[in-house]
Amino acid sequence: MSESTDTNGQRPDAAADRPQGREVAIELRGINKSFGPVRANKNIDLKVEKGTVHGIVGENGAGKSTLMSILYGFYTADSGEIFVNGQKVTITDSKHALELGIGMVHQHFMLVEPFTILENIILGAEDSAILETSIARARAELKRLAEDYSLTVDPDAVVGDVSVGQQQRVEILKALYRGADILILDEPTGVLTPAEADHLFRILEQLREQGKTIILITHKLREIMAITDNVSVMRQGEIVSTVRTADTSPDKLAEAMVGRHVLLRVEKDKANPGDIRLEVNNLTVKDDLGVPRVKDVSLTVRAGEIVGIAGVAGNGQSELLEAISGMREPVLGEIKISGNPVTFHGDDGAARLRRAGLAHVPEDRQRLGLVTAFEEWENSILGYQDDDRYGKGLQLDIKAAREEAVRRIEKFDIRPTNPRLKTANFSGGNQQKIVLAREMDRDLEVLIVGQPTRGVDIGAIEFIHNQIIAMRDEGKAILLVSVELDEIRSLSDRILVMFDGHIIAEVAEGEADERTLGLYMAGVNEPAAAE
Amino acid sequence: MSARQPLPHWVTAFLMPALNVALAFVIGGLVVLAIGENPLEAVSVLIYGAFGYGEGWGYTLHFATNFMFTGLAVALVFHMGMFNIGVEGQAYVAGLAIMVALAFDQTHWTVVFVTSIITAGVLGAMWALIPAYLQAKRGSHIVITTIMFNFIASSLMSYMLGQVITRPGANAETETIDPVGRLPLLRDIPGLEFFGFSPVNVSIFLAIAAGFFVYWLLWHTKFGYKIRALGHNPNAVRYAGVSAVTVIIITMMISGALAGLVAVNEAVGVQKRLVVGYVNGAGFVGIAVAFMGRSHPIGVALSALLFGALYQGGQELAFEMPSVSRDMVVVIQALVILFTGAMSELFRPALERVFSARSPGAETAKAASESGSG
Repeated sequence: MSESTDTNGQRPDAAADRPQGREVAIELRGINKSFGPVRANKNIDLKVEKGTVHGIVGENGAGKSTLMSILYGFYTADSGEIFVNGQKVTITDSKHALELGIGMVHQHFMLVEPFTILENIILGAEDSAILETSIARARAELKRLAEDYSLTVDPDAVVGDVSVGQQQRVEILKALYRGADILILDEPTGVLTPAEADHLFRILEQLREQGKTIILITHKLREIMAITDNVSVMRQGEIVSTVRTADTSPDKLAEAMVGRHVLLRVEKDKANPGDIRLEVNNLTVKDDLGVPRVKDVSLTVRAGEIVGIAGVAGNGQSELLEAISGMREPVLGEIKISGNPVTFHGDDGAARLRRAGLAHVPEDRQRLGLVTAFEEWENSILGYQDDDRYGKGLQLDIKAAREEAVRRIEKFDIRPTNPRLKTANFSGGNQQKIVLAREMDRDLEVLIVGQPTRGVDIGAIEFIHNQIIAMRDEGKAILLVSVELDEIRSLSDRILVMFDGHIIAEVAEGEADERTLGLYMAGVNEPAAAE
Repeated sequence: MSARQPLPHWVTAFLMPALNVALAFVIGGLVVLAIGENPLEAVSVLIYGAFGYGEGWGYTLHFATNFMFTGLAVALVFHMGMFNIGVEGQAYVAGLAIMVALAFDQTHWTVVFVTSIITAGVLGAMWALIPAYLQAKRGSHIVITTIMFNFIASSLMSYMLGQVITRPGANAETETIDPVGRLPLLRDIPGLEFFGFSPVNVSIFLAIAAGFFVYWLLWHTKFGYKIRALGHNPNAVRYAGVSAVTVIIITMMISGALAGLVAVNEAVGVQKRLVVGYVNGAGFVGIAVAFMGRSHPIGVALSALLFGALYQGGQELAFEMPSVSRDMVVVIQALVILFTGAMSELFRPALERVFSARSPGAETAKAASESGSG
């Protein structure tokens, strides 16, 4: 689209707050990258102005990560040119990218947890064989960086002990320590509390004021609106629009991303709760290391209602889901499905809960919910492989399983439509649909759902949310765990907030604003008192 | 993230193993050249020895039968994501099955065949059970325990053969099976006289049946589904409510039973008695066979045949070219194991470059999903 060239402040009102003809930190011209027949990037033209925050949004598979990987030297473009500060460059690897002043903060942190912050920062950038000299120099440099950008961290704290927000600051410091002028942040707020995200944005503003250039990849349109100066939208490998953030709106961006109008809000009727279907009493669960992660949690979910559990990742939600789904034996407490207590013994508890009428969409589909090396139809029976309809006795009725998979592919609009294709070859959203189809398309009493839309496209999110609402309206009891506060708020009929293993608050639909919930999520018990 | 295309199936299944074998032969040829012999002549002696005449074929198939059993035993456990290094010991202990055959009615070979299949299978399975239990229940690493069980098997069998089940007047061997109870050799079958005096016997049909069984088990049963799921993603198995403990124990026992069938071919079929060290490394060769055969029964059968040919041809080579000593033959065999087993991925990067440059058709969505995870 022609808008993509409209990046350089040609409009008169933009000149008011920004000098005309800003320097360009990064310019990409005609970048193409194909993986076999898939054109991940098509004729990408992009200018990122110096000293700005430039957002890049797009669905999964739109080519954002490929483009950034080209910029960071992971991939080499098939054709096209890259200019850094006006100089034409060929970026060969990430070391070279760093030399050019390009630093990257990955979605998944690349830190050595038992090391201190200081040790992590110098890792790979030690300038002498004797550690002490490197450390001393790094300590001084770190002090300066902390002052310049209000990036305060305790250099001697062990990375494994500090909060996720702090770990992210360490990643940013790592890049700055290596002399980065251009920072690429890939989905930086996925793991942060709202307060931590705000703090991150303040840091980014400070960096921008000091003349650093920031490229922010995200799928959260709110963040784009809050922090970026310019935003580029990618769809199917192309940049379909680049605009000043002030001139656009979340609805317009969503439409550009998906290529059609999408409903950002979920529409649902009032819940009509029935009998108690899931009852959890005084549940205490320890993780693999024996650390209690769920502490004396009690909750109920009734037929025909969605109970949402909000909370920052790592506050016991995962262990709670694992215990309720039978994957992890609780230390104390009781779980009842439709009034019948569940017994715990052995390592096949999940099968017993399935027989009791519980279906489980796990938080992490690739780690738990799928065998990605399997063909699609094989994943369509995972957890239910012993059912008689997939063959009585030893033999697996492959034909029956495949026919069912084909039916679900149609019903849940899973693409590609070939059940013989390896699951790893499906996109994240379609993998999630494979799991949802398997868990929802059956007789069940209780559905527990973890992070239903993590890494899923906006278009698919709408579909998934509507499916969950439809299940509720059919009278199923649904327990929803998500770190996306928006998702919890728009789907849940009741919201429980989990912090440090406890449920510290319960609020009815519409009774809590985002700020109050955010405070609960940060462990503030009485938000009113904290004002 | 990998920028590369997955290779076409035929490349990983056939071209890569073929290139590995070729490279092993080239380097083996250099070794032969270094001792002043003609490598081409050595190769032709080796190939003639393995396939050039009926008896050579017979020996090749006889060795291949052992390697088929051990290769399948290793391959099955590979699918579960684990290593059964203990095939050697499981096969050795299973040799005690011959005592049952000896104790029973030896009036017809079918009786001996069936009783020894059952007892050898059970003994092999029992020997695999202990490491399997320790792995499944106690988390003791199965590689370590199965290696230790090989040593225990070796000592146990030396003791049994030396002290307990020794034929009176003999040194460390058992009684011999009566002539009427011996398994028929292939040359006894009308029309197959071609195999001459080679020891290949009816156990080869058992090996072929075992291949079909493993294929059926892995890809056509619910249990095989669980084995493969556990191999690819143990977390998903827990999520699915499948007991990993049960799967590990049963799969290891089936593997041990397959290993035990070596006793039917080698001890009952060929030696007709139990002797010290009769397995003679077949269990370890099975690891290379499974690797090279990509853990697929057809691949295992083909690579068992290759290793059978190497063993038989190698013996011929040592006999025909005295300057190529037995040790030299072992070196060449080791090179094949090295390149097809340990270094089987050697050519992958180069082949991936070749094939991604040619841009093949499949795997469309893969690159898209890889490219867009952020």
